[in-house]
Amino acid sequence: MSVLRAEDLGFGYPGFPVGRAVNLVLRAGEILCLLGPNGCGKTTLFKTLLGLIPRQAGRVLLDDCDILSLQRRHVARQMAYVPQAHTTVFPYAVGDMVLMGRTAHRDTFSRPRREDRERAAAALSQMGIGDLSGRDYTRISGGQRQLVLIARALAQDARLIVMDEPTASLDFGNQILVLNEVRKLAAAGLGVVLSTHNPDHAFAYATRVHLLGDGVTQAAGRPVDVLTPEILSRVYGAPIAVERLPSGYHVCVPVDLASAS
Amino acid sequence: MNPPGSPERQRARTAAGPIIGALAAGLLLLALFAITVGPYPVSVDQVLAALLDYAGGGAGLTDAQVETVLFSVRIPRVLAALLVGAALAAAGTVYQGLFRNPLVSPDILGVSTGAGLGAALGILLSMPVVVTQGFAFTGGLGTVALVYAVATAVRGHDPMLVLVLAGVVLGALAGACISLVKILADPYDQLPAITFWLLGSLAGTQPDDVWSALPFVVVGLVPLVLLRWRMNLMTLGDEEATALGIDPRRLRVLLVAAATLMTASVVAVAGVVGWVGLVMPHIARLVVGPNFDRLLPVAMILGAGYLLAVDTIARTMAETETPLGILTAFVGAPVFLWLLATGRRSW
Repeated sequence: MSVLRAEDLGFGYPGFPVGRAVNLVLRAGEILCLLGPNGCGKTTLFKTLLGLIPRQAGRVLLDDCDILSLQRRHVARQMAYVPQAHTTVFPYAVGDMVLMGRTAHRDTFSRPRREDRERAAAALSQMGIGDLSGRDYTRISGGQRQLVLIARALAQDARLIVMDEPTASLDFGNQILVLNEVRKLAAAGLGVVLSTHNPDHAFAYATRVHLLGDGVTQAAGRPVDVLTPEILSRVYGAPIAVERLPSGYHVCVPVDLASAS
Repeated sequence: MNPPGSPERQRARTAAGPIIGALAAGLLLLALFAITVGPYPVSVDQVLAALLDYAGGGAGLTDAQVETVLFSVRIPRVLAALLVGAALAAAGTVYQGLFRNPLVSPDILGVSTGAGLGAALGILLSMPVVVTQGFAFTGGLGTVALVYAVATAVRGHDPMLVLVLAGVVLGALAGACISLVKILADPYDQLPAITFWLLGSLAGTQPDDVWSALPFVVVGLVPLVLLRWRMNLMTLGDEEATALGIDPRRLRVLLVAAATLMTASVVAVAGVVGWVGLVMPHIARLVVGPNFDRLLPVAMILGAGYLLAVDTIARTMAETETPLGILTAFVGAPVFLWLLATGRRSW
């Protein structure tokens, strides 16, 4: 059972603190949704949680071990990272990109084996992009690249997945595809922490929400407790209303629109 | 969507094996041809017969003069060209991947300039050829080690940027030292020798040169071959490589050391030969894509073939030998521009 725990975490860059005093826990089977305005440090927090950049204060524990004391190969088997969609310098085939997710499961000097290729192909199919395998990663759309990076994290077979805005450049259908996959992963016992700019996603999919603003935790807990009109309006600096649909789902709407109808 | 028959799809689906086999066969034929041409023409039959004799299975009828031409002059030179070209192309492929930049050549950390300074000093001090080669080898390795030490000492910046800048600065410093040595050198004897060395040439290749460079090239090649899958992850940047479970800092030291060892050992024998390490990785990527697994062998075969072709032109084109550095640029620049203009793929 993998557990990721941040204790009193301070993050940022040398001489440039971004956030402080963040406490959070990600357990298997959970979807933790990180919300917060632009520039509040979501990506920096994720990189610090993964041990990719040095932390400024506090601790990050993976299964009660300090993440900086663990071998990266061990960490990569426990925890996968989906960065924001980017492009690469060299035109790797999509299949090779996904195959790179298997590296932590092989020795330093080995190449991927047939079962790794099969796992990578399965991950691509799971994201509905099996036909892209032979295409160049640099020559597909931003949304497709995002799906490839998620497929790579799936191929990594980790127990926890950190996703940085996995739905940012996806069309509406693919947003649903990705979030449904996330839900299936959580149901299968994986822990997923993801950041998003859409509080509706947090309502619909998250087991817990962590709201970040001005570099500190503004609120954390169940979506219905955290995502109140008062807190959302304060953190995002815009009047926001939360409405409950007949189906039971919650949606956030700007107040002027809500009052106009 | 690409239609199924488009080059992009074909590249991804074709296995690299046949391509590598075909290129290797072409390289063998080119080498055989290169052995036959020169001021003393030798036929293919004579070459094959001499090789059979050498291996102990022939009739022992090879003419003594032919034997001397082949085994003392031509075959060592052809082997040297193959070795130098392959090593420079391999080093260039690694450097471009590590620095995530297709415009990088093996000289980026100052290995060639450092080797040039070592060789110039050796010539200035009238050292024997072997000692001059040792100076060049040490100068190349020493410069890169110094660059790495400086970059490690400077903290708080992007490590790759610091490394490149340190390489540029120390390379320029070594270049200034070379100029100083040139001024001090005897203008009738030493200065031309230094100038020719800096332009690269295989004219003075001795049979021993191949054997002195080969072990270092092989030692440098071993980590590249063993780490050829992980080399792919290095091109994604440190953070992503770390998240995928490797230690990019440790890997980078090893890979830079290996590529530098290969470059320094062949530059010590052949002098500064530009272009091969910059252009051959590009052409190899156009042929088989960026996966290091297949890119490394293809780049090495292409580099070996390119330098062999250029060196064969260098020794047969005119009465006097043309320096390699001049020819690689004259041949390389148009080819490179043509590729840039017609290539569908960006890099």
